[in-house]
Amino acid sequence: MTLPLLSLQGITKRYPGVVANQDVSLTVLPGQAHAVLGENGAGKSTLMKIIYGSVKPDEGQVFFEGRPVSIRNPQEARKLGISMVFQHFSLFDTLTVAENVWLGLDKTLSLAQVTERIVAKASEYGLDLEPDRPVHTLSVGEMQRVEIIRALLTEPKLLILDEPTSVLTPQAVEKLFVVLHKLVSQGVSILYISHKLHEIRALCSACTVLRGGKVTGMCDPREETNASLSRLMIGAEPPTLAPEPRTPGALVLQVHGLSLPKQDPFGVDLEAVRLQVRAGEVVGLAGVSGNGQRELLWALSGEDRRAAPQAITMGQTPVGAMGPQSRRRLGLHFVPEERLGRGAVPSLGLAHNLLLTRREALGTGGWIRMDALSTQAREIIARFKVKANGPDAPARSLSGGNLQKFIVGREISAQPTLFIVSQPTWGVDVGAAAQIRSEILALRDAGCAVLVVSEELEELFEISDRLHVIAKGRLSPSMARADATVARIGEWMSGLWAVSAKEDDHVAA
Amino acid sequence: MDAYALLIAATLNAGTVLALASLGLLINEKAGVLNLGAEGMMLCAAVAGFATVVHTGSDLLGFAAGMGAGALLAAIFGVLVIWLGTNQYATGLALSLFGAGFSAFAGINYVQEKLPERGHFAIPGLADIPLVGPALFEHHPMVYLTVAMCGALIWFLYKSRAGLVLRAVGESPDSAHALGYPVRRIRLAAVVVGGALCGLSGAYISVVYTPLWVEGMVAGKGWIALALTTFATWRPARVLLGAYLFGGVTMLQFHLQGAGVDVPSQMLTALPYLATIVVLALISRNPAWIRVNMPASLGKPFHPGS
Amino acid sequence: MLRLEPRAQTSRAWTWGSPLLALLITVVVGVLLFAALGKDPWRGLQMFFWEPLKSGYALGELMVKATPLLLIALGLAVCFRSNVWNIGAEGQFILGAICAGGVALLAGKDTGRWIVVAVLLAGMLGGMLWAGVVAWLRDRFHASEILVSLMLVYVATMLLGYLVYGPWKDPAGYNFPQTKTFEAVTLVPRLLSGSRVSLGLPLALLAAAGVWVFLFRTRAGFAQQVGGLAPDAARYAGFSSRRALWTALLVSGGAAGLAGGLEVAGPIGQLTPYVPAGYGFAAIIVAFVGRLHPFGMVLSAVLMSMFYIGGELAQSRLGLPKSITGVFQGLLLFALLACDTLVNYRVRWGSTQARQGAV
Repeated sequence: MTLPLLSLQGITKRYPGVVANQDVSLTVLPGQAHAVLGENGAGKSTLMKIIYGSVKPDEGQVFFEGRPVSIRNPQEARKLGISMVFQHFSLFDTLTVAENVWLGLDKTLSLAQVTERIVAKASEYGLDLEPDRPVHTLSVGEMQRVEIIRALLTEPKLLILDEPTSVLTPQAVEKLFVVLHKLVSQGVSILYISHKLHEIRALCSACTVLRGGKVTGMCDPREETNASLSRLMIGAEPPTLAPEPRTPGALVLQVHGLSLPKQDPFGVDLEAVRLQVRAGEVVGLAGVSGNGQRELLWALSGEDRRAAPQAITMGQTPVGAMGPQSRRRLGLHFVPEERLGRGAVPSLGLAHNLLLTRREALGTGGWIRMDALSTQAREIIARFKVKANGPDAPARSLSGGNLQKFIVGREISAQPTLFIVSQPTWGVDVGAAAQIRSEILALRDAGCAVLVVSEELEELFEISDRLHVIAKGRLSPSMARADATVARIGEWMSGLWAVSAKEDDHVAA
Repeated sequence: MDAYALLIAATLNAGTVLALASLGLLINEKAGVLNLGAEGMMLCAAVAGFATVVHTGSDLLGFAAGMGAGALLAAIFGVLVIWLGTNQYATGLALSLFGAGFSAFAGINYVQEKLPERGHFAIPGLADIPLVGPALFEHHPMVYLTVAMCGALIWFLYKSRAGLVLRAVGESPDSAHALGYPVRRIRLAAVVVGGALCGLSGAYISVVYTPLWVEGMVAGKGWIALALTTFATWRPARVLLGAYLFGGVTMLQFHLQGAGVDVPSQMLTALPYLATIVVLALISRNPAWIRVNMPASLGKPFHPGS
Repeated sequence: MLRLEPRAQTSRAWTWGSPLLALLITVVVGVLLFAALGKDPWRGLQMFFWEPLKSGYALGELMVKATPLLLIALGLAVCFRSNVWNIGAEGQFILGAICAGGVALLAGKDTGRWIVVAVLLAGMLGGMLWAGVVAWLRDRFHASEILVSLMLVYVATMLLGYLVYGPWKDPAGYNFPQTKTFEAVTLVPRLLSGSRVSLGLPLALLAAAGVWVFLFRTRAGFAQQVGGLAPDAARYAGFSSRRALWTALLVSGGAAGLAGGLEVAGPIGQLTPYVPAGYGFAAIIVAFVGRLHPFGMVLSAVLMSMFYIGGELAQSRLGLPKSITGVFQGLLLFALLACDTLVNYRVRWGSTQARQGAV
């Protein structure tokens, strides 16, 4: 038995209202790619923060290279040889790549020396980077490269990666795995946090599974199937949804070659976007974040009203310049990606949050009928099985999954003719995710036109009838679900689709 | 000709007051903290500095007292905002209101006081150059110190690692925290240093600029200094320039009154305030530009571990 | 070591307890201050907390001071809840006074009683105009309303000075900077003889009820506050941030202007350079201590008036400087902000290190 590089024993961490980690033990050997598998909310990120020194455990011991250690902050972790690439980048937009990397290293080198090393390391691993570019000019994938170089320059013995592929195209994922395999072959250990089963099986030789803050299993992923891993992760096999094929009905939403310059200096211009959604179909929009989804959704929801009225039509009505309230009156309901702060006001109760998009409880002159509002909230809570302390529970007291169920419920129960949702199950536990996806399919079966924007390809494959890909502000033609493969979508994510007018004509007919 | 030399000299003098306070606020804001209490800090520092000179006769001690008062008030503000998470706007306002009240109260006994004769400073040789001499080289040392401080701040912010860390904290405190930097301590340090500079400015007003004490004598310069940091898009050199410009506008009113221009005196007194409004409007009208230059976390609360 | 631990739910008890604790802290500091100045602390407390409540007349005076504070604070509450930081209510107060005074000066011996309405309306419009400048600059140029509204306070003060030293100076006034006193007919009617309490009081209370209904029972008020609580949610809902900005500023400008009109067409009876009494700034404190809630602000307006009157009494009877009022007011706000932490956090003893094991 080789001496473990890292050993966690009995780690427990509590936050108000939730136990993030309960008696967790984990062992990583030198030169091993070790996966930490778990669904959203299982406690993976907290555990990694404990290893990296950002968070202190309430109980338990950490051993590194056989000796007990107390890691009080990330600087100490780095000194030991532990480095981390965060899921949400710790980058400073207005500073350059070199400055960003320098801040993540400890003081001994000068900026010029760091710049040299960046160039050397980048070419060693095939990661292109220009040290003098400000970070805000980089694509999301390039930003991750900055994080990785920063971690590699500390000559780590253990590299922690937290959900690294959520922002990468399939081709970029392959390139990343090449880098990781090389590191492992050089004796560096990797802790790979993910909920993506096929990646874990492709990369790792050991896996610890977390569920609800506890370890539920340890295995070698190479000897497991997706189904067996899934059973360890959620206690059951994932429910499979099989949408019945249906013929789509009338055209509900049409976007006619929409071009919009970006409003945010760090945003993306939209170019000649053409899109159609019909009643009774689900159109999926795939794409890595930062390619214009945000801008397109703002234009569709009415939060950005700069489009020409005719550029976006619902049925026969030009809505391009209409605000969100007018579009809601026409039957458009939208669930945004950000829940707290956009889909719901964190400090207000669920009942009051209804007033953001629903008008049924209002009397003449906008008088709020408190009883009607409360009843309406209770109905939604019951129908969508939202776990909350009543209709006045503040939105921020709900878990991510329950809040999402409430918001989705709020919009679905308005009986929309067009339902648009962005990242419907991001950060949501598997049970709630399945419920939300089946509600979306139920809407479609009832004749609603549905547009789903998601970074999770598996999700889109599960529920969409047709798929588009958005890349650098341009929208690909649509592809039927039956013709969609991960490889093809991956190509289109780099913008490599043959622009064919035939597809559009076919749909418009 | 002499009149112009005097005008320039007066402009530099008036500009120094604004520059000192504004550079201090700049340090605050680079770290992401907006301190609306500038006016209150300057008032308390003015009374502290004046009282100290009255009792000790030493200008230097007066300046030190002013800096101490500013730093102390800023520290209280800092602890409230950074550790207790109170609303930055409300707390800064509270500081200004408290400072106004407290300085009026504490200064009651000093209203009729006079300071010992103010020194006359001149750089030998340079001061004798016609026109330029009286304009530029006959100032109180604080004027030159302010220019030097501006230079030092530029070096600190853009050439030193500590300055880079400060800017990083202002840009994204969450990222800085994730990398292990003590964000709250850095912000507190920035707030206290900024407060000390505002205090120095306040002491300069009551000890050198108009050597007396009167309730409310800062007359809005703290607020103008706040506007200046936005006007200068958070760059020290531009702050200095803007401060001199505003100093010039302030001096213009006296010049015009002296020249017998037929405008009601109150209109002229209102000039600096009106100028501030106009400048603010012109600078702010491009939100995209402000977004790129402003420390991204300015005014937003930071909660580690959230 | 003291440590702050976030609460899972905001504490209702502390939402109302925090202002009381802040008051207690202010009183304690006040007692220490009196002692340090060599005055009897008990007498000092009496000046502030007993004398203003002692008699019917005293209560009347309390209401006279509380009325403008409450009115201005109501408007500020709408503003602050919308995240619009109108600091320049003092300037809007002054403009209201100027416009109201201007109309009052037009009255002659034979003008009818209706002119009171015109005077107060002019006050309200004057305040709205001044706040409208702030709204326009923010709407059109994204200029910070904090700095613009504050600069306009200085400009308003200069404008008042110009008028009372110049064109509006009373020719029979011995060259003092003041307008002639307004005709009796222009003055706001008193409610009871023997007291200076005027129609302003019921107006203010009515306004408080109106603001409550607006904020808590109408969609417009809801939309207004969402803009302040979560601007992205407001955009998502389609609530117009422009409408929220203008509503907030026009309402608070109108309230402050009305308060200005009530003061000049009431207790002061003419325009002088001393019309601005700092109510616009004290109202900020009234608003926060009253939790930005209409009923809370009624109480905190009364409290703030007690501070004012107490300060005056402390000056005349104990020889303390009147500026002590300003100290207490500022201290109260500081204490309130600090105590508010308890609403969202629990205070605990102990260090943040882990209790056992490696750390």
